[in-house]
Amino acid sequence: MIRPELRQNVYIRGDAATPKFRVRELDLFYGTFQALKSVDMDIEANEITALIGPSGCGKSTFLKTLDRMNDIIPGCRISGKVELDGADIYAGGMDVNLLRKRVGMVFQKPNPFPASVYDNIAYGPKTHGVRKKSELDDIVESSLRRAAIWDELKDRLKKSALGLSGGQQQRLCIARALAVKPDVLLMDEPTSALDPISTGKIEELAQELKKDYTIVIVTHNMQQAARISDKTGFFLLGELIEFGGTDEVFDAPREKRTEDYITGRFG
Amino acid sequence: MTFSAFKETAMKVVFAVTAAVFILCVIVICVFIFARSVPAIGEIGLFEFLFSTEWAPNNTPASYGIGTMIVGTCFVTAGALVIGVPIGLLMAAFMARYCPKPLYKVMKPMTNILAGIPSIVYGYFGMMVIAPLIRDNFGGTGYSILTASIVLGIMILPTVIGVSESALRALPNTYYEGALALGATHEHAVFMTEFPAARSGILTSVVLGLGRVVGETMAVVMIVGNSTALPDSLLDGVRTMTSHIVLELGYATDLHRGALIATAAVLFVFILFINLLIVAIRRKGRAK
Ligand SMILES: Nc1ncnc2c1ncn2[C@@H]1O[C@H](COP(=O)(O)OP(=O)(O)OP(=O)(O)O)[C@@H](O)[C@H]1O
Ligand SMILES: [Mg+2]
Repeated sequence: MIRPELRQNVYIRGDAATPKFRVRELDLFYGTFQALKSVDMDIEANEITALIGPSGCGKSTFLKTLDRMNDIIPGCRISGKVELDGADIYAGGMDVNLLRKRVGMVFQKPNPFPASVYDNIAYGPKTHGVRKKSELDDIVESSLRRAAIWDELKDRLKKSALGLSGGQQQRLCIARALAVKPDVLLMDEPTSALDPISTGKIEELAQELKKDYTIVIVTHNMQQAARISDKTGFFLLGELIEFGGTDEVFDAPREKRTEDYITGRFG
Repeated sequence: MTFSAFKETAMKVVFAVTAAVFILCVIVICVFIFARSVPAIGEIGLFEFLFSTEWAPNNTPASYGIGTMIVGTCFVTAGALVIGVPIGLLMAAFMARYCPKPLYKVMKPMTNILAGIPSIVYGYFGMMVIAPLIRDNFGGTGYSILTASIVLGIMILPTVIGVSESALRALPNTYYEGALALGATHEHAVFMTEFPAARSGILTSVVLGLGRVVGETMAVVMIVGNSTALPDSLLDGVRTMTSHIVLELGYATDLHRGALIATAAVLFVFILFINLLIVAIRRKGRAK
């Protein structure tokens, strides 16, 4: 395991030699059903990588392998390699909780805890041992600011998070993920339950955040993928059919199947 | 009138009658208890009745203070909760979030059996097992607040476990996943996320247990010592309101009898209050 303070020095920003995630020949089985088939992907730091593909093709499954959230699914097995900053996250000595601290996840349905706004954000830092009130206050404010929702929520920090609108809840969840100071943010259809204005805010936010974080986003919205992402991966039936720069994938796809999907001929 | 319309009307009548009988029962019980106890309390004096620790129906003049019994009920209840609630909540967490399936198939029926055991059996168990244990290890007669607390603490386990476990199981998976995704361990996710999220159900389980302890009679009267003096320690015997009533009602007459029924009225108010508490918790839980 790499100590976080070392890591930041060793893998400086934009280090072309080592991608943030290096995925090789990744197979994943739910029982006997193979949900991912030999997936290879390099995910670069400080970029937004979009994952697209028809329903059931394995996008969420793939995303979960990156922070090992698939561990809690009974009967789920994987083989192949997933490296984060060069270290195999499925290797024996890996601390899963520390991994998930480094790789944050935002879910399709906003899932704030039934607690106050403040407690939602402070939950992660507290979990990882931050006790001082002043320090927690700082983290809450800076996380909400990063998620561009501080101004809306600063007067209702003590109010229940469940009383917020769906869009506010989702940005709260992003702030909650940022509060543990991750370096990767995984987002599974984060805007599918939101109206266009909230969606726009989250897209803007993602653009802003990619300066400091690596972002992987699953989306069913082609325009969204085209708008915000640097790289796009197209999945079909568990296979990564095409992966490359978003412009190339959308303007000149190498694969007929990709073109058919993007232009809406199936899926 | 068609047959189906007739059937519908008939069912309506049946339901209305059932509801009326039920409401009538509640009213009759209330009227009975309060009609008999109000004059008695009037004669004794409300303050004297509730706060005097002197219960001596055979003295002249007789004194009818149930302060000791109220204290007894409070001590035994608090003791039972102190023992039963932590164990019950840990068991609920275990059953809902840790227990492997095969073990669960054994544990679940066992808690159900525990719930179905008649209270006299608990009393007998307390007399034969717990009381001697207390006597031999801590002294005293063994019939004490502590003994009753332990036995009642065990008695409320099925309630606390059952209600809290289903409260935990009713939670959506998203809280657990959300906690894990932030790097929380399984323990942290269960105790720091799911417990607070299920708090209204968990509180309800505690208050239901509380109601059970306050109203329990048979098991208590067998092990609590039944002394009418104020206790000095947990090893002293006390009387709870329930054991007080059951011990004397058989032979009491006149004002003595009235005072016992008034004790039942006080108990009734306690239980009413507990039920209101449950309603309040549920309402608060739903408002979230
Ligand atoms: N826990 C599970 N157990 C068994 N099979 C599963 C499980 N989760 C997903 N699958 C299967 O794995 C395949 C991929 O599912 P996944 O959720 O990754 O799809 P997806 O691309 O995210 O779809 P969507 O766009 O609808 O979210 C599907 O066929 C699905 O039925
Ligand atoms: Mg999905």
